[in-house]
Amino acid sequence: MQIIRPDINIDFVGRRKIAFFFSSLLIALTIFTLIIRKGPNWGVDFTGGIVIHIKMKQEFLPAEIRKALSPIGLEDSIVQEFEERGSHEYLIRVRKKGIGLSGLDDKVKDILEDRFGKVEIRRIEMVGPKVGRDLREKALLAIFYSILFMAIYISGRFELKWTISAAVALALAGVVYIASLMGVGLSWLIIIALIVTLLLCWFLKLRYALGAIVALIHDVTITLGVFAFTNKEISLSIIAAFLTIVGYSLNDTIVVFDRIRENIKRLRKIPFTQIMNRSINETLSRTILTSGTTLLVVFVLVILGGGVIHDFAFAILIGIIVGTYSSIYIASPVLLLWEDSSGKRKRASRSAK
Amino acid sequence: MEKRLKWKISIAVFLLIMAFIYLFPSISKRLPTWWPDFFPKEKIHLGLDLQGGMHLILEVQTPKAVESNLERTIEDLRYDLRKNHIRYRKIERLELTGIRLELFRQEDLSKLSDILGREYPDFYLAHSQGEANALKIDIILKEKARHSIMKMASSQALETIRNRIDQFGVREPDIRPQGENRILIQLPGIKDPKRAISLIGKTARLEFKLVDETHDVREALKGDIPPGRIILYKAIRGEGGIIKKEPFLLYKRTLLTGEYLTDARVQIDPQYGTPYVSLSFDSRGARIFEKITGENIGRRLAIVLDNNVYSAPVIRDKISGGRAQITGNFTMQEAKDLAIVLRAGSLPAPIKILENRTVGPSLGRESIEKGFKSMIIGGAFVLIFMVIYYRISGLIADLALLLNVIFIMSALAFFGATLTLPGIAGIILTIGMAVDANVLIFERIREELRLGKSPRAALDSGYSKAIITILDANVTTFIAALVLFQFGSGPIKGFAVTLSIGIVSSFITAVFLARIIFDYLIIYRRWKRISI
Repeated sequence: MQIIRPDINIDFVGRRKIAFFFSSLLIALTIFTLIIRKGPNWGVDFTGGIVIHIKMKQEFLPAEIRKALSPIGLEDSIVQEFEERGSHEYLIRVRKKGIGLSGLDDKVKDILEDRFGKVEIRRIEMVGPKVGRDLREKALLAIFYSILFMAIYISGRFELKWTISAAVALALAGVVYIASLMGVGLSWLIIIALIVTLLLCWFLKLRYALGAIVALIHDVTITLGVFAFTNKEISLSIIAAFLTIVGYSLNDTIVVFDRIRENIKRLRKIPFTQIMNRSINETLSRTILTSGTTLLVVFVLVILGGGVIHDFAFAILIGIIVGTYSSIYIASPVLLLWEDSSGKRKRASRSAK
Repeated sequence: MEKRLKWKISIAVFLLIMAFIYLFPSISKRLPTWWPDFFPKEKIHLGLDLQGGMHLILEVQTPKAVESNLERTIEDLRYDLRKNHIRYRKIERLELTGIRLELFRQEDLSKLSDILGREYPDFYLAHSQGEANALKIDIILKEKARHSIMKMASSQALETIRNRIDQFGVREPDIRPQGENRILIQLPGIKDPKRAISLIGKTARLEFKLVDETHDVREALKGDIPPGRIILYKAIRGEGGIIKKEPFLLYKRTLLTGEYLTDARVQIDPQYGTPYVSLSFDSRGARIFEKITGENIGRRLAIVLDNNVYSAPVIRDKISGGRAQITGNFTMQEAKDLAIVLRAGSLPAPIKILENRTVGPSLGRESIEKGFKSMIIGGAFVLIFMVIYYRISGLIADLALLLNVIFIMSALAFFGATLTLPGIAGIILTIGMAVDANVLIFERIREELRLGKSPRAALDSGYSKAIITILDANVTTFIAALVLFQFGSGPIKGFAVTLSIGIVSSFITAVFLARIIFDYLIIYRRWKRISI
């Protein structure tokens, strides 16, 4: 059986302007949403606070529950129905500062049992503000390091420029160090680091690394945008999902890049744009198939995995969709940027071996 | 070719047997009697999110240990000053740096410095900054000593908490230091998290102090506390749980602490049937206790636990033998827990809970069920799809996929890794990715076949070309997994572990095992056409 015919020849690269426009639009929307919502909706893992997951005997309105909590000063807490309807499960989130967090679950249980009858506490996640800050730093560092290592690996592997990629890593570490001396916050530090990485890749003509990094920033940003748009919380496990997306996005991109590299060696007479189109088309069947099966299992996980894992699976689902799109429409066309800007339609330098 | 294939088959069979041996304890209810001793018996560890339990991060408030050390030193110093007839106007603690002392006479200064040099090696003398008055002196705690007090406090707290949990009886607790003054505690399957927290978190500092009956408590409550005294309260439970607080005026100086305790047990008062905790001291503690009681007959001695007065009986006689008791309106469980914490020793400094993640057992069970259900259904979809799309080759890929899941599970058992809910998601994700390796290979083979190559040649070049891509593509995910492992904690680490194991194992199954089957079909079954 075949879904994609072997002789398929779609002009992906020719439509890159539309794709760039579409992606820019999505990224602009993400930034816009983030500005309106004043940053991502960080979960208690990062802000500090407490989440209490309760199960009631029967259905109540979240507003009712919130009102019942006001005597213990939790009237501003967020009460949310849990993913599955009909299970009478609720999440109570308290992010208030200066409230004693330990023992709060007992108070909540007591006051709710007085009012509504039996309450089962299924899960408690209490994170002190100090730990929250630590966790956020760790998470951001994790994203930063994974992008850095992958950039080094790709430029080393695809352009055989291990020394240059090592130099890039050193330069990056230097810039980050200087910026951190000046007391720049960690999230800005990472944005600076990413911009520096992109600039270095641009000027050192690390084309493959640039394409891959642009694609993965694209994927994570848009997934983040979907989370911001739906006002879903960014918890520790969502960060793990983001890193998985980073890995997956690259996985997809690299398969296409591998084919480009192979075809450059083989087809010396054909223009670069055509080689690219050909490579994307040749790997299209695989791209669709793999994304399809992975999407299938992740989709089942989103539907049946239960509330605890739902957002995690959802992040991966979005990431895979965006990642598949970007490896076709974003990562490869980035390789062409140099030629477009120099105005010459000639083949790219044969640095790839 | 055929010889190499035989080798490969033996390696594959060996791997399979190993995987089965490591997996068996986890899937069977009971190990058979013939199961040899040197075979593994460990089940796969389930994370707290799957089996229910409590994950705590505590902070030992080490500055408090320095504080109480300084307070103690002040009391000792008062005693030494009096003994050496040095009169002073004022003595007080200087935050965490030391003690400020104001003398009356210049000539006492050298005597003081002698005492310090002899009895207090952790301190040095310094004149108060910016003070013209030479009689104001700062006694500074050495930096090194402060550091070691804090370090000791952390390690002692860890030890104490470990003792308490051991006595509480939790299966496979995990208690370890984290950073300078943090302690990570994992208590799987705990039923009563509230009780566990109160047991772990109680400072349990037991002190015996004399009650000052020469001054009026009511006067002191108005703010006129005589120097060297302190007001502490006794909680009295009335009807309906209403708590009254009775104030006591006590001497600050602690005569005896819980550090000399050898045992603490719950006993029942035969007269009223109420539980109390009986204490036994070691010989040194018994001597001190005998001396205190002997010297203070007729006065009241308060038993203070964590700054709460429990009782303040009048000393009727000299008590030798080193026995005492704490009474109070305990329930049986409170008395039991008090005995545990006293036996295990007091915490050198109070602790604060920084992080608490507790999962109830029912939620954990549900998570496992849902996780595996999604895995089976999602996996089944993929298996069916592969057979439809690639026919017999798809069947081979399916076999590799099943083996892959078995390998991941047995690798988890082998490494003693922990399976968490995100870990299950990791396995599910790996199923998707394992298919990727096969898809890459099969698509290549199809391409090679379209070029008109023979099955064997197509297989060879398809594999060798695809392997490079598979390696390249998986290295990046592997990097992500490693970074996650480095920075993540708990469930995230579990995800990183299954993801990285999954990458390795899907490479082995898709590239190595599936290839064996193809080779077998072509060499032995003389396949003329690859069903792909």
